Amino acid sequence: MENEAKPQLTIALAGNPNAGKTTLFNALTGLKQKIANYPGVTVERKEGVWIVNGETANLVDIPGLYSLDATSLDEQIARDVITGKQAGLPKPDVIVAVVDATNLERNLYLVTQLFEFGIPVVIALTMIDVFEDQKHEIDIEMVSVLLKTPVVAVNVKTGRGIDELAAKVAEVRGTTPVVPYVYDEGGDEAGPHGKIFSRYNFISSVVQDSVWHSDQSSHRISDKIDKVLTHKFFGLVILVAILLVVFQTIFSWASLPMDLLEQGFGAAADLVRAQMPPGILTDLIADGIIAGVGGVVVFLPQILLLFLFISLLEDSGYMSRAAFLLDKLMSRVGLHGKAFLPLISSFACAIPGIMATRTIESRRDRFATIMIAPFMSCSARLPVYTLMIGAFFGGQYVFGFISVGALLMLIMYSIGIIVAIIVAFILKRTVLKSPPPPFLMELPPYRLPNLRTVFQNMLTRAWLFLKRAGTVILAISIILWALMYFPRSSRQSVVSSQQTEAAKSVPGTAATGDVIDEPRTTDNEPLPESEQLKHSFAGRLGHIIEPVIAPLGFDWKIGVALIASFAAREVLVSTLSIIYNVGKDENEESETLIAAVRDAKTDDGRPAWTPLTALTLMVFFVLAMQCMSTIAVVRRETNSWSWPIFMTVYMTVLAYIAAFITYQGGKLLGYG
Amino acid sequence: MKRKISETPKHTLNDLPSGIDGRVTAVNGTGPVMRRLMEMGVVPGVDVQVVKAAPFGDPIEVRVRGYSLAMRRSEADSIEVSF
Repeated sequence: MENEAKPQLTIALAGNPNAGKTTLFNALTGLKQKIANYPGVTVERKEGVWIVNGETANLVDIPGLYSLDATSLDEQIARDVITGKQAGLPKPDVIVAVVDATNLERNLYLVTQLFEFGIPVVIALTMIDVFEDQKHEIDIEMVSVLLKTPVVAVNVKTGRGIDELAAKVAEVRGTTPVVPYVYDEGGDEAGPHGKIFSRYNFISSVVQDSVWHSDQSSHRISDKIDKVLTHKFFGLVILVAILLVVFQTIFSWASLPMDLLEQGFGAAADLVRAQMPPGILTDLIADGIIAGVGGVVVFLPQILLLFLFISLLEDSGYMSRAAFLLDKLMSRVGLHGKAFLPLISSFACAIPGIMATRTIESRRDRFATIMIAPFMSCSARLPVYTLMIGAFFGGQYVFGFISVGALLMLIMYSIGIIVAIIVAFILKRTVLKSPPPPFLMELPPYRLPNLRTVFQNMLTRAWLFLKRAGTVILAISIILWALMYFPRSSRQSVVSSQQTEAAKSVPGTAATGDVIDEPRTTDNEPLPESEQLKHSFAGRLGHIIEPVIAPLGFDWKIGVALIASFAAREVLVSTLSIIYNVGKDENEESETLIAAVRDAKTDDGRPAWTPLTALTLMVFFVLAMQCMSTIAVVRRETNSWSWPIFMTVYMTVLAYIAAFITYQGGKLLGYG
Repeated sequence: MKRKISETPKHTLNDLPSGIDGRVTAVNGTGPVMRRLMEMGVVPGVDVQVVKAAPFGDPIEVRVRGYSLAMRRSEADSIEVSF
């Protein structure tokens, strides 16, 4: 929008959460929306173009809030927007206040505050169809007279009131609003918050004169649903069932598009190799850029699906019930009830999980949840677990029927959860210490989700993920690629014909299949990939860190794999394939890779791996922050580098300590 | 000690049996919590009802001004009611 002519008219859209603000915003602006963060904070800034009587207006969506007293970050920002203190946004000419007719009194509280800014207000009354279906009556004229401001009943589905809303906005523009009531601040009986008290007194009188309730039936349907969904026993059973369905769906539905994306990026890399002359540029594009970006984009189907479900659960009103059900459990650790979904999501992938923490209002609670989310064993750890179990614990049973592999898998998942609980407990009492935030949460009536809002929300999240995480990840994958690519070994620079071969044999994240099949030149022995890797910066780094990882039972080759898998955990498998010269497109179930790992020798000829080494590596991978995508997302979500750095350091230290205890303890007990 | 009727122990929202109408007489507690409670419509004089408690006994669902508000027992403790 910066490049276009600035609209002359700025309109702010304000309202309570669950009042239908997002739906109205989408209906008024269509797809012409711009979403960013307010500078320095993670509060979302949403703007769109609304045509008001032929004039282009900039509609600014203020975060959904209950009050403007500036006690929370959202409220502070909303206040800044309304007073014109927010950089880059002129003071709004008109405020459209979204008010839920079925929840009039509390919704009007925010409106009474809006009157005090000297900006004309137009009230958009939503949910009027629901309200009238319940046989309540409201005298909209009377509300308008009593509030001394225009009130328009709107219904996005039928289009009712949309044009009238624009007309009223044009009408009040430039006028000076009248505050419809006077404060009675002397009232001591109301305590120190006399202003709140007198606002509600005024609201009560307005509602009394304009609304006739048939009886107290407005919550009847929701109450009936809640009898089951928040039942002491069945409520929990249903919650678990819903989560199972969600994650099963994410796993099964996402696997096909993820495979396709993976193959697509593999094909793109092959195409680059086929079409471009061999050389460093081709390698950079195929193994650095395409592989790096592809490694991130494969997560997209999971993110889309998870946010589809999150939007559905939020929009229907179930999400706050789930938080209600689980708050007691979560608060024992010091977390908010709303932290459960981000944490459960992280078993699929920490990236959408961390993005889902946005539903937690308190910053400290949210950060504590972000800090422990990567301990949940995500799907990228599975290839590592599978390889280790396949190589050293396959076909073994305890008590004759429990497979050691399954048992180890369960132990790895449990270690992650237990450590997460301990860390959350410590964080909430130290760096993220805060008084338990008030758990005041509205339980909105159940509603059918608005599909347009749901899909728009899903696409927005996906785009933000691609845009922001993508740039950081691209940079890091190029660096990692270069570490494994440079310096080129001196032998090949002598014989130019080798360059082709050597150039193709670059370690990377892409599963380009044709490396081994390539006919090798016989006159000059090509430099094997593992040799090149040994002399690369990454190989040297592996040697440098060898003394550090030796107490864990790892040699320098495993060190290289650890460094490479910093990009993403599953890269460990492809890197081990390169190191042991198996061929790049090995997957974790490949017999040859399993055999190669079993037979691998250290430089002094001892077996590089024992069952204890494998176990140690698995423990390390449960706890270590081996995922640059997560780091990039944490950077984005916390809006600072210190949190992702802190996270990486403490997780790596924890992983090292746990791996050290595993290996040295195992040796003391006579294993390995 | 003089005994007066007005010295009967004060009831909080936690004492209000579910489904019974109560009226808020005072909102105590520390600054931000009290302010937030009042902003959400829990001010002296308003009618409240406890709908139910969550499976582990906490938080509780309260009906106030025609909508449902979930709060923890610790917050309900700062709301004095008569019933």
